[in-house]
Amino acid sequence: MFVYTIKRALMTIPVILVVALFVFLLLRLSPGDPAAVIAGDYATAEDVARIREKLGLSEPIVVQFASWVGALLQGDFGTSIFSSKPVTELIKQRLEPTLLLASCTIIFSVIVAVPLGTIAAFKAGSWTDRTVMLFSVGGFSVPVFVLGYILIYVFSMNLRILPVQGYKSPFEFGMIPFLRHMILPTLTLSVIYIALLARMTRASVIEVLEEDYIRTARAKGLSETKILMRHALRNAAVPIVTVIGLGIALLIGGVVVTESVYNIPGLGRLVLDAVLARDYPIIQGLILFFSLVYVLLNLLIDLAYTFFDPRIKY
Amino acid sequence: MNKLLEIKGLTVTLPSKSDRKYAISDVSISVEKNEILCVVGESGSGKSVTAFTVMGIHDKRALTISKGEILFDGYDLTKIGEDQFRKFRGKKMAMIFQEPMTALNPVMKVGEQITEILEIHTDLGPSKRKSKAIEAMENVKLPDPEKIFHSYPHELSGGQRQRIMIAMALVLEPDLLIADEPTTALDVTTQATILELIKEIQVRRGMGVLFITHDFGVVADIADRVVVMQHGIVVEQDRVNQILAHPQHEYTKMLIGSVPSMVPPQKKSIDVQAVLELTEINKSFGKSSLFRKDRIVNAANKVSLKVAPGETLGIVGESGSGKSTVARCAIRLIEPDSGSILVKDIDIAKLRESGLRYLRREIQIVFQDPYRSLNPRRTVGQSIVEGPMNFGQTEEAAVRKAKELMEIVGLKPDTFNRFPHQFSGGQRQRICIARALAMEPSILIADEAVSALDVSVQAQVLELLENIKKQFSLAVLFITHDLRVAAQICDNIVVMKKGAVVEFGSTHEIYTQPKHTYTQALLQSAPGQKYF
Amino acid sequence: MENHVESSAFDIAWKNRNVSIGLSVLLIIIVLALIGPIFTKDPFSLSPMSRLKPPGDFGLFGTDQLGRDVFSRVVNGGRISLTVGLSVAVFAILVGTILGLIAGYVRALDSIIMRVMDGLMAIPAILLAIAMISLSGASLATVIAAIVIPEVPRVVRLVRSVVLTVREEPYVEAAISVGTPVHLIMHRHILPNTIAALIVQATYICGSAMLTEAILGFLGAGIPPEIPSWGNIMSEGRTFFQLTPWIIFFPGIALAVTVLSVNIVGDGLRDTLDPRIARSLK
Repeated sequence: MFVYTIKRALMTIPVILVVALFVFLLLRLSPGDPAAVIAGDYATAEDVARIREKLGLSEPIVVQFASWVGALLQGDFGTSIFSSKPVTELIKQRLEPTLLLASCTIIFSVIVAVPLGTIAAFKAGSWTDRTVMLFSVGGFSVPVFVLGYILIYVFSMNLRILPVQGYKSPFEFGMIPFLRHMILPTLTLSVIYIALLARMTRASVIEVLEEDYIRTARAKGLSETKILMRHALRNAAVPIVTVIGLGIALLIGGVVVTESVYNIPGLGRLVLDAVLARDYPIIQGLILFFSLVYVLLNLLIDLAYTFFDPRIKY
Repeated sequence: MNKLLEIKGLTVTLPSKSDRKYAISDVSISVEKNEILCVVGESGSGKSVTAFTVMGIHDKRALTISKGEILFDGYDLTKIGEDQFRKFRGKKMAMIFQEPMTALNPVMKVGEQITEILEIHTDLGPSKRKSKAIEAMENVKLPDPEKIFHSYPHELSGGQRQRIMIAMALVLEPDLLIADEPTTALDVTTQATILELIKEIQVRRGMGVLFITHDFGVVADIADRVVVMQHGIVVEQDRVNQILAHPQHEYTKMLIGSVPSMVPPQKKSIDVQAVLELTEINKSFGKSSLFRKDRIVNAANKVSLKVAPGETLGIVGESGSGKSTVARCAIRLIEPDSGSILVKDIDIAKLRESGLRYLRREIQIVFQDPYRSLNPRRTVGQSIVEGPMNFGQTEEAAVRKAKELMEIVGLKPDTFNRFPHQFSGGQRQRICIARALAMEPSILIADEAVSALDVSVQAQVLELLENIKKQFSLAVLFITHDLRVAAQICDNIVVMKKGAVVEFGSTHEIYTQPKHTYTQALLQSAPGQKYF
Repeated sequence: MENHVESSAFDIAWKNRNVSIGLSVLLIIIVLALIGPIFTKDPFSLSPMSRLKPPGDFGLFGTDQLGRDVFSRVVNGGRISLTVGLSVAVFAILVGTILGLIAGYVRALDSIIMRVMDGLMAIPAILLAIAMISLSGASLATVIAAIVIPEVPRVVRLVRSVVLTVREEPYVEAAISVGTPVHLIMHRHILPNTIAALIVQATYICGSAMLTEAILGFLGAGIPPEIPSWGNIMSEGRTFFQLTPWIIFFPGIALAVTVLSVNIVGDGLRDTLDPRIARSLK
């Protein structure tokens, strides 16, 4: 197990390297002079020169990459062009709202989606199943921000029971204001994630219910509920957990949009502001940061497989 | 009479789109206390549907009971509700299945799977349940039950898993045991011990057993009474001796007649130069890395053999013996680690695909599974002409040749443009043979080529293989786990175990004076030797 | 004969209620978008006198902050969304299939291609797209390219897994044994097995690409703002949302209905074309 953990952790290195290389090349291979692109349309020649100097763009590309990776390894994600603050510090400042929004969404989605998918699978073909599936397809079809605005329109503008926008830190303002501001963003962000999870849960449980050992369980005289809880769900766990991990990529995209709709000062807003300002070190640092989070979470999930399936031996 | 289970006029309907109306029609059979009733039949006979219906675990979306009664313990099982039925299952009636690997929950310890039954049907506390489960495991002669109790199914051997299934089925001492082909997926030596175990427990407990099988050898060893089914109908039932000695129905006679004898026929020895010669072939799977060394399997270990034109060389062995690995090396679907493969004196062991291509004509193969051996999207004609056209034959010539071959293998040439799904399993194997012959090979490999076929079809395909061998003077390498088939078709036999050849000799020698203990054990295990 | 099989597959698919309903709705949307210029007002014509008017007298869907008719903008914007959806699906499938076939069949390139794909999958799609567009300048072509790239890895994985499974099939081994060259094995035996799964995957990609386009437009990082794509219309409606929610809702509904029909067709196809592929998707 220990050896496997190390081996599996080492396997993430090439993935992270590919991400790093990609992010690095994105700027260098884009058409035109990257410094001029970043400086924007109204920049003077001095501005461009200053940016080129700051990003080290005048050196050979290999040298640039090596020094960039070298800095990364020391935890240096670069410095913002405009605010001159280190990217890591900016991330730290903005981490809390995003982290809480994402955690609320994951917890809420799993609690809703797994039972929903299981029931749909158990009653496959029934009216219940069709409703769940329709909801799921619907969840994949409505743009996140439109959903956000519909919720704001209904709950904040018409019913006036929830705040329109903004974020209140639980450490500063306490739980109640935090939750009141968190409900709509969480709902908005959850829909697509629930759609994905419910679908996958349904598919895995249906597949498991076809297995021979389910027939054996029936032959033992187990009730259908017990068969579902004891035999089916546990065997369906690995694909479900995998999708929880893969869905995080979807979640990160959704965070950017949701934070923008609800005016939440998190990482999503940071990245958007950076894009509008063409503050490339921030964009680069954040993409790398999000990818790292994704890779690490999926590493943890991979390692958790043994817990669900004893056949997976490391 | 002591009727434990009585099925009266049971008819089970198939969904409207199926090719026949009934899965089983008007089936009347009964199982008495203290007897083993064998239900025998080929695929599609309805024998398994009968068993599942009795147990109430048939696919209820597809199958409906339209007529008849199933009387058990004073109730008609077709009438009682699911809740009441559930109380019978596992307690009064229990079932064991064909594939013990898939029939056990892979993520649950086997001990828990046994105690689960006690949990639902009794009031016993956890420690009592465990001791009872251990006792049940001892009863099926599992070694070290304490340790196995905490094992997962994948950590056990096939035989051990089936013993767990039996322990699970019998832990509450049910009156009726239903066994659906319980030894079909097992190796022949394991099969013998499991059959012995079932018989012994049945006698000890005076249990009634409904035993489903396709194998008349097994029937001969284990049955008290026999029911023969065909196309969903009971064609004959009687005491076992009566059925074996004096079968009445044509179908029964044919089934019994199709069981190959263990006595090999006299064969002339072959004195020709070999066309295929394998020397010291080694092949191992899995690689050792920095992190693990334990997963290497020596699938072939210094295997040497040769086959001459007109000869059928059998490779006989159980699962994991490496017999298929040798076949796949010989046709170079995989590359051996070392050793030489001489085809007409050219070593193809290390040739790359480009160099190999010309020798592909010489050596052809027929696989086990007739349903996966033909591309479902291409007509059988396209499959047969593919090879010759790869080597530059014109389409016209290839088609003409293909139609001739279809005739030779016993298919109508006008079915040339049909798709594989329009053919039966046996017909598909004939198509595969035609595809191989279209290349005009000198060597034909049959990798368990008749193992997936029903016994009646098996006999026909074996006869075809024998005929084409003579007609085209082929060298045939015949891979099989079935000792009866091997006895009939092979001139010489190589016995393999765990990747190595343990014995080689003429079929006659091997069957009359086996030298190696493994060969002896293998031959002794073949079921039904009293009769066949 | 092969034609016969394909056409009957289409017949079966059409009999599926999801497929027929979804395709019908989609067809109506496509036709409306195509003939839009004939029956709608000029989506660019400004009318300073009638700004931010609610649906009714000043047009079916009201007007925006510059007095432009929202209905004509939504109808004509459909062409952009559909173009993006379709192009992304075609390019992603094309590139993904080629890479997937190579990865599945050429052992030496397999791990390189798959590591690159793993890396690409780890980068959040929307971030990647935003970054690419902001660096290379916004245009229809860059937006399509930026959405295609993150979709490719899933196609590669799908095709590769089909190749790896199918090449173990006895009928492929039989084809190898009769000396069939690699390109013919691909063409005759392996590629046909990927088609059903690819058609289904293409519909899903098409739907998700339209959504991504809208999101990019909404975030102000998509197609140049002067082009009335659904995302851009909604982006402009943001500022006045509390006053004039219809500017976001109407294009939002149009988009949702379009994507929903595409996805429903995808589900229907998945269920009918081949039940086995259900497992290898989503």
